[in-house]
Order: sequence, then structure tokens, then C-alpha cells
Amino acid sequence: MKKHNPNGISRRTLLTGAAAAGGIAAVSSFIPTRFAIGGQHKVKIGILLPYSGTYAMLGNSITNALKLRIEENGGMLGGREVEYVAIDSEMSVPKTPTNTNKLVGKEKVDFLIGPVHSGIAQAMAKIVGGDQGPIMIVPNAGSNLVTGPLCAPNIFRASFSNWQPAWPCGEVMANDGHKKIVTITWGYAAGKQMMAAGRDNFAEHGGSSIKDILVPFPDVEFQAHLSEIANLDPDAVFAFFSGGGAVKFVKDYAAAGLKDNIPLYGPGFLTEGVSKAQGAAAEGIKTTLHYAANLDNAANKRFRAAYKEAFDADANVFSVQGYDTGSLLISAMDAVEGDTGATGDLIQTLEAAQLTDSPRGAWTMSKAHNPIQDIYLRQVENGVNLVKGVAAAALEDPAAGCKMA
Amino acid sequence: MDFSSFLIQALNSVQYGFLLFLVASGLTLIFGIMGIINLAHGAFYMLGAYLAFWLAGLTGSLLAAVLLGVPLMILIGIAIERSAISFLYERDHLYQVLLTYGLILILNETQLILWGTGFYSVPIPEMFRGSIPLTENQVYPVYRLFISAVCLGVALGLYLMIQKTQLGMTIRAGASSREMTEALGINIARVFAIVFALGAALAGFSGMIGAPLSSVYPGMGDQILIISFVVVVIGGIGSVKGAFVGAMLIGLADTFGKVLLPEVASIVIYAVMALVLLWRPRGLFGYTA
Repeated sequence: MKKHNPNGISRRTLLTGAAAAGGIAAVSSFIPTRFAIGGQHKVKIGILLPYSGTYAMLGNSITNALKLRIEENGGMLGGREVEYVAIDSEMSVPKTPTNTNKLVGKEKVDFLIGPVHSGIAQAMAKIVGGDQGPIMIVPNAGSNLVTGPLCAPNIFRASFSNWQPAWPCGEVMANDGHKKIVTITWGYAAGKQMMAAGRDNFAEHGGSSIKDILVPFPDVEFQAHLSEIANLDPDAVFAFFSGGGAVKFVKDYAAAGLKDNIPLYGPGFLTEGVSKAQGAAAEGIKTTLHYAANLDNAANKRFRAAYKEAFDADANVFSVQGYDTGSLLISAMDAVEGDTGATGDLIQTLEAAQLTDSPRGAWTMSKAHNPIQDIYLRQVENGVNLVKGVAAAALEDPAAGCKMA
Repeated sequence: MDFSSFLIQALNSVQYGFLLFLVASGLTLIFGIMGIINLAHGAFYMLGAYLAFWLAGLTGSLLAAVLLGVPLMILIGIAIERSAISFLYERDHLYQVLLTYGLILILNETQLILWGTGFYSVPIPEMFRGSIPLTENQVYPVYRLFISAVCLGVALGLYLMIQKTQLGMTIRAGASSREMTEALGINIARVFAIVFALGAALAGFSGMIGAPLSSVYPGMGDQILIISFVVVVIGGIGSVKGAFVGAMLIGLADTFGKVLLPEVASIVIYAVMALVLLWRPRGLFGYTA
């Protein structure tokens, strides 16, 4: 039953509109159908992503691409129309239980999409993981735990585990002839997990880390650590930062004169979506990631053109993850012909998902529900992250602690 | 730590301290003189950075952006003081906290509407692009030294203005007794508008000259607000001299905390604040009532 409650739906619609970049489009696509009589319920998609603060860009990129993918499918999932309920996560872990319960309990969403932040992902997984919760698809947050100890039949990931983009970088550094490195990252879940993965693989290839620096999150005052790195004089530096922190770290690193003497490596987030703001400071930096703008496949070209036309912005890895989240929803809902009650069948379809035309290249779902995907070696040239090869093919997260794997 | 790296870290501390002082000075002026807890101070800082990005893009010069941006910040400050803050002088601090928190939300949303969610950078002006070699593999950017010099200049200017000028005398009088100053025929409303605009301009100015170093992105003001409050509380509320000493202290504590005590780096500055407040509950240079 569709309730004609102006205070409920229209206010929420407005909130969604204010939050999402494509808000106006969302509002106008809602209003006419609000009064539609008859027909099936709409499929309700709950979204918990950041729309304010430092990571607003990530939330918008994911939401835009997710809606773009569903629009390409005629705006339908399994023959049913779609309703989005988006909440700004505010990147707040303490607010996560309230926000999640609002979407699951009050809105009774059929699918839950989110989040960006690893800590929020862990909190969400604890709440919805199991037989009762809706199917949750993570479009970014890489916390190893979500497809590790917290893995659950109804939790899937369309992005990466923190281990994945960091691990191959260790081998890349060793292959470039480096023996001792310094690692530096923010001291929070994602930073620590990526640092450990990169460092461990570097050690497996005969190198060692002489110092692991953890910068308090989200501090961006790096000068003291840069002097420390200069003093330690390693062969290379392995760094994970993202967003505004990545811009500042890469620029400070170059301004301190370290770039020419001590090459910088890291998971691709160090230069993804921010290399323009980093300018010359980012030139030549090698990173590893499951996507790159110039990947030579038809799906990527089509996707980038469509995204550019729809949003007047360049697609990035986050939008690819949002796009693939849409593809997963479409394939699952097609398989059950729109019957969101058929949870078992939905889960089976998602587990067998083969995304052959993803912009990042083909990938499949692991037993722990994390993508098995190629990780590319990229290097910044003229402000663009260019693919230099595959750093690790069909890389599967070890999923330590996951009972399903 | 050998002596040369100690010196380099000391340089880093002082340089960071100068930057903190520039942001915190505006906060302490507004806080101490007007009794207003301005949570929107970080948002003014962010606004300054975005203005620098926008105007430097239009004019092609950071100097021109600052010359245009600072008067703009003064106007914004006056407008906000007249239209919102001025109604709450007689009210409890809680009202001011609510109002200025609302201002954060409004300014952040305005920023998202005007400039979107991207990350931007502002180029360092041509003449300050060089760097000075410190050790074999570390250099020090000239622009960082230039910022330190500017901050020192602002500190001196503020000191002279408050201690030596008619306006400064009026401001000090208004701070210690609003009623008495009004009784002497001074238009205190005007003085408060000037102080608020000055505070907003100082925050905006630090955002502008800091923009080439910090890069420009949504939410950049939040972090700076917290650390500014730490500086102001350590220095003593309302004392510009205190803000200077507090900023230097935090610069030192933060820099050496990160290097010497990395495990607890995130709490070092708060520990320093707690110690200072145990010793002097009103801050280093706070008025003793």
C-alpha cells in the first residue's frame, strides 16, 4: 500500500534531493509517481553514504553512477519501479545504528547500499548481517572484517577489501629494486589494514619496513613526519591517504623535496580523483588499484562517456563501484523477476554474479562475497592515472575469519 | 634525535604555530571581547580558502585574491553580526552555540552549492615557489617561511592595534565593561560589529594564504576549529598574546608529539591543554576575575 502522507514522503524526497547531486532529477522523478494508482510496490533502495564533509564527493559519485545504471535499465529492477531513500552518513560511526535502523526498520528497504567508511561498514554489518536483514551491498568501504569475521550470507561487496589494492603494491616496490621502506598512513581501520597488506607483501619479496608511521585521523599536518622520513632516508615510501589528505600529503611530500629522492607508492586512492588538485606533485607516482581511467575496454569507454554526459564530471573508481552495485541489483532482480521476497534466490544470483562488462574489467564474487578482480599498476602522467599493466590478476581477498569462505 | 633533526623539527613547530595563531587570533578576539562562542570560525576559514581558490582562478593571482577576498570576508562578517549575532549578546552562551552551529551548516551547504564536492588546489605564487635546502634530501619551501613572516606581521599589527590605538582602547574597554563603555558615549554596537568582522577576516585570511599548502575541500574548517579552541583555551580566553603563546606551545607539542610519542600523538595536544588548565584554570594569560 502506498500511503499518501505528504509529511512523510515529500519531506524525505526533499531531503534526498538536497543531499544527492542529482537531487533535482530525483525529486522530479518521484513526484508524478507518488500519485500513481495501482501497479506494484516500488523496489525500495536504502542508501547510507556521506553527502557532506570531506567525503561528499565519494557519496555523490557512487549515488550518481548507481542511479545511472538503473536508469540505463529503464529505471526498473526486475520490472518494478525504484524508490531511493538516501541518508547522509555524516561519516559518523556513532550515528550508524540509528541511521541503519531507520532504513531497515522504519523504511523497510528491500536493499541497503552503503557505506564509504570502514568503521560504519563494520557497524552496519553487525546490525544487518544474518537471515533477518535486507541484502546489503557495500559500494566502497574496504574493511577486511566485512568479508572476513563479519561476513554474512546477505552482505556483498561491489568494491574491494582494503587488503586488495594494497597487497600487490608490496611486490611492485620490490620489483623496482627497493629494499627498505617507510610506511605512512592515517591510524584508522582502513589505513592500518592497507599498510599491513602492502608491508607484508613487500616483506615476502625480500624487503622490509624500517618504520611504520601512523598519523592521527584526520590530521593533515604532515611536516613533522616528512622531516622524519628525510632523516630515515628509505629507498621508497608506501603511503595511504585519500581525499583532501591525499592532496595535501602528495603536495607536501613534493614541496619538502622528497619526491625526487625517495619515490612514493601506495594504494590507488593516493591519486584517485585528486590527481588534478595535486598537479605536478603527483607526476610519476605509482599506485595499485582495481580501476584506472584509461582502461581499454568497451564497457569503460561507454560508462565514462555516459557519466560525463549525465553529470558533467569525470567518472572515478567510486562511481565505477556504484555502477557495478547497480549491475548487481539488476542481475539479481531480473533472476527473481522482481520478487524481493525470494531472498534465497537473490543471494544465490549475487553469489554467482559474473560482471563481464564492468568498467574495471570482468570480475566475479568470492565465497566471502567480495570481488575477485584484477589489480592494475598505474602511474600518474600529465595528471592522469595511466594503466601500466596488471599488478595482480584475479586477486582474491584471503577472507581470514570468514565462515563462508 | 640528533641535533640537526631537532632543529628542523623546531622549525616545523614554529611554522605550524604561526599558522595556528593566525586562525586562533580571530577566535580569541570574538570570544574574549564579545563573549561570543563562535563555532562558525572554522567555516570562515574554509570560506576564505574557497574564496582564494575562486578569486585566484579569476584573477590569476593569489595576491589579488587576498586583496579582494579580505574585504569580502569583512562584509560577510558585518552582515552576519548585524543580522544574527547582534540579537544574542544578552542571551546565554547556549543560544550562541546553537546559532553559530547553524551557521556552520549554512556555510557548509553554501560551499557545496557554489563549489561542489571536489578537491581543489591553489598554486603557490610564482615568486615564492623556491625552496631552501635543509639536509641532503629535504628542502624547505620558501612559501612556508613567507607565511610565517606574514603571521608574525599580523601578530605585531594586532598587538599594536589593541594596545596603542583608540579603537584598541575602545575594544578593551568594551570587553571589560560593556555598560560603562556605553555610558561614556561609545557606540558599542559598532565596536562589536568591527570586532566580529575582524575575526571573520582573520579566519578568512588564514584560509586564503594557507590554501596553497592545505588544498581546498569540503569540511576543511572542522578540524581547524577544534585545534583553534585548544589554542585559545590554553592561551586564556580573549588574550591575543595568550593565543600566540598557546599556538607556539601546540605547534611544539603536536610536532614533537608525533615524532617522539607516535602512539599517543593524537592526544598529546589535549594532554598539554589539560596540564595547562590544571596549573592555570583560566589559561596562561587569562584574566583573573
